[in-house]
Amino acid sequence: MTTVTLLAVASLFALACVVLAMLLCTLRLLIGPSAQDRVLALDTLWMCIMLLALMLGIRYGSQIYFEAALIIALLGFVSTIALAKFLMRGEVIE
Amino acid sequence: MSSAEALPWWAAIPVALLLVLGGLMTLIGAFGLARLHSFYQRMHGPAITVTLGAGCILLASMLYFTVAQSRLVIHELLISVFVLMTAPVVAMLIMRAGVYRELRNRSETSAAVDARPDSD
Amino acid sequence: MKRWLPSPLLSISLLLLWLLLNQSIEPAHWLLGSVLGLVAPRLSRPLQPHGQARIRRPLALLRLLRLLWFSAIEIVRSCFNVSQIILLRRSADVNSQFIRVPLDLHSPHGLALLSCLINSTPGTVWVDLLPDGHELLLHVFDLHDEAWWIDTIKTRYERPIIEVFEIPATEGDPG
Repeated sequence: MTTVTLLAVASLFALACVVLAMLLCTLRLLIGPSAQDRVLALDTLWMCIMLLALMLGIRYGSQIYFEAALIIALLGFVSTIALAKFLMRGEVIE
Repeated sequence: MSSAEALPWWAAIPVALLLVLGGLMTLIGAFGLARLHSFYQRMHGPAITVTLGAGCILLASMLYFTVAQSRLVIHELLISVFVLMTAPVVAMLIMRAGVYRELRNRSETSAAVDARPDSD
Repeated sequence: MKRWLPSPLLSISLLLLWLLLNQSIEPAHWLLGSVLGLVAPRLSRPLQPHGQARIRRPLALLRLLRLLWFSAIEIVRSCFNVSQIILLRRSADVNSQFIRVPLDLHSPHGLALLSCLINSTPGTVWVDLLPDGHELLLHVFDLHDEAWWIDTIKTRYERPIIEVFEIPATEGDPG
């Protein structure tokens, strides 16, 4: 066993964990009884996608994934803030 | 497709451990999000994902690229700082949105409770 | 000096951000980063409602570092606590409660730092600052001792922040 296989196994395990976590978030996004549950699930989904990009970067030994992760983190923050603000202000048609 | 480069053992083992721990923490956070019963309890699940899960994987990434390219690669610090600064804001805003919506729903249903008790 | 560098810390961090983003320490990047560090704080000054955070005593920054170190340890510890609760306990058994913590801290920057630290720790979420009596509404994941939480937040988190961000005159007031 070399370090390459060790890292391959570890990153595969971590990838599987994160994909499972994304599935659980999607479940909450679909069944979430209230709107704030869905926003919370969406925010966690953004975070998982960012971690997924970082892990793919380690797995394939490429730094291009870093830029993707940075942009995903920025977009996730802005979109979640917008959604939460929208929920706090109330419905558009009330 | 290029694959992971060969690292010395002293670096590969911490990177592998950090990856496994980060993946597990992410999974536990999402599991809490899916499993817990009330919204206020669910708020606390993703906090694990954001802090320890993201922290471990960012550390693993820094360590891996620093050793693999034999130069200091610490630009993952940017993501760490950004996540540390924004995640509390996001948590507070979602929590407030939940509290305000619940208060509003409660006042609406208590106003309409005389006419229609099971409106929801 | 004061006119061109209204906030040296912010300028230095913008320069560092630029260098990290480009992953190089060539002179050209130092130049571009310095331009960013000089221009961006001046342009964004009208956006800051409370002005720059003023550190009263520079030595108190060491206390701030100690506070950050302590809260990092606390974050890791409560991560494991919360994950244990998520994995092992039934959801109905977990005693999730709102608690109120009376605060003495009034500086807006200090409050921002305090809310960041509390929200980063898994198991506690800052909900709102109640205007009457300046109380903080906090949601705790698994509450077993309300007095312990209030005491921890007041002595471990709030006191160092007050010492760093507020005028020493208010510090003599026994809180």
